[in-house]
Amino acid sequence: MKPLLQSEAFVQIAAPLAVGVILIGVWEVGCRLASIPVYLFPKPSDIFASLIHHGPSLLRALMVTLRVTLQAFAAAVVIGTLIAFMFVQSRAVEVSLFPYAVLLQVTPVVAIAPLIIILVKNTQLSLTICATLVALFPIISNTTLGLRSVDPGLANYFRMNRAGRLKTLIKLRIPGALPYFFGGLRISSGLALIGAVVAEFVAGTGGRSSGLAYEILDAGFTLDIPRMFAALFLITLTGVGLFGAMVVLSRLALSNWHESEVGAET
Amino acid sequence: MNALMPGEPFNESADKTAAGGERPPAVEVLSAEKVFANGTRALAPIDLSIADGEFLTLIGPSGCGKSTLLKLIANLIEPSDGRLLWWRGEFAQVGQEGRRFAFVFQEPTLMPWARVDSNVRLPLELANISNAKAAPIVAEAIERVGLSDFARHFPRQLSGGMKMRVSIARALVTNPNLLLMDEPFGALDEFTRNRLDADLVRLWWERKLTTVFVTHSIYEAVFLSTRIIVMAANPGRIFRTMTIDQAQPRDEGFRDSPKFAAYCRELSTWLAEASLPSASGAAL
Repeated sequence: MKPLLQSEAFVQIAAPLAVGVILIGVWEVGCRLASIPVYLFPKPSDIFASLIHHGPSLLRALMVTLRVTLQAFAAAVVIGTLIAFMFVQSRAVEVSLFPYAVLLQVTPVVAIAPLIIILVKNTQLSLTICATLVALFPIISNTTLGLRSVDPGLANYFRMNRAGRLKTLIKLRIPGALPYFFGGLRISSGLALIGAVVAEFVAGTGGRSSGLAYEILDAGFTLDIPRMFAALFLITLTGVGLFGAMVVLSRLALSNWHESEVGAET
Repeated sequence: MNALMPGEPFNESADKTAAGGERPPAVEVLSAEKVFANGTRALAPIDLSIADGEFLTLIGPSGCGKSTLLKLIANLIEPSDGRLLWWRGEFAQVGQEGRRFAFVFQEPTLMPWARVDSNVRLPLELANISNAKAAPIVAEAIERVGLSDFARHFPRQLSGGMKMRVSIARALVTNPNLLLMDEPFGALDEFTRNRLDADLVRLWWERKLTTVFVTHSIYEAVFLSTRIIVMAANPGRIFRTMTIDQAQPRDEGFRDSPKFAAYCRELSTWLAEASLPSASGAAL
């Protein structure tokens, strides 16, 4: 038993899992002992039952939210990276555009979402635009920082070998920027989900193309609290899944050389 | 580990250079001086001719301008006055007719994301040489520095001395005519440094590679060089010149010889004199 407990990987998985199990246990037992009514605060078992019962509709809503999230995330990665490349090509471009990138970042999505939803007819598209706006900034700032953080010795070496701008970009700046870029991905993936859910709340669209946010709203109207929790649980699960995927991606790309991931494979 | 083979047959042209200097000097420094923008006089006017195939070492107290002189020779900075010639030509001609420089610095400056062979291939890649053409050259250079077993390793998996070997291999792939080294082994322990010095002197001999080397170490300077330039500060200038008269290729036996000790003693005295305030420009 002892070697297993000493194994770092086992402890890293088992310890948080144990905390989760204890918390859910306390929650279940606490609710039962205090006999809290389901419509005030449901027990984990109620939520689980609701998850099974509303499975098909919740799953469909999850797919809608997931699609908006992934589309927005992909758009943010492509647009954010392109903007970052523009920023490092010319100081003038960065100086003139960066304040607007900050402006975009500090404006709450709840505040601009109604405007976008009015302006853009297609609901899916308007939701995606809202989520993209939220997810964009970490990609821009991290990738720009990465592309600028070049080892001065290596930069000097490239200069001495008369390397052109494009070669320097491909061989030196881009590989050097990858750790920062992946850091941006981790933050941005979560923000894309938040953006999608918030935009759905604002749009409040029902019908077949409704996401998890609408499920929560709808459950709230009908006081179906366990369904609210079940939808919330799915949103959380999606966020964790996205984050995990980014961690794996960054490990695959960087584990050979970068300090942040070196040793992670052991 | 050691893949460098001593005792290659003599290169005839290098013999001529040693005998009478029929070949043009590799570098000529003609009354070149350097005054920085803030008024610091880093180098007083210097005249220096570096023969083809020579191993020249610059040594001196800090602030004597040895790194500045190396940068002038590398054309990384321009002289404030005077000029330099490379193979009797202007710098614009460097890069043509096989006139190539290579640099090795105190830091190995390797790309952490690239394996050893990719790091060594870098200068060829920057010169747009195809991978197929580069592969045998890269493999040979890696073998020369004794790292064949580590070609697919990442820099972080190597020791400081091995990283320096990679840096040297990278300098060799372009088949340079002039190798410029700025305290390349300064950060290594003495044992590793001695081993790399022995390898370097063999490499230099095999290739008849004109080398300009900057160091703080008296032992390293005597072991490696055919000529040592002792520099003094305020302003930076050539203090004295010492020729090391020792058969090539040198091996570890040279380190233990009385001759080596005598050279070191003399160089040490000169360095002490060069560091004295009375040796400064004000007293001259």
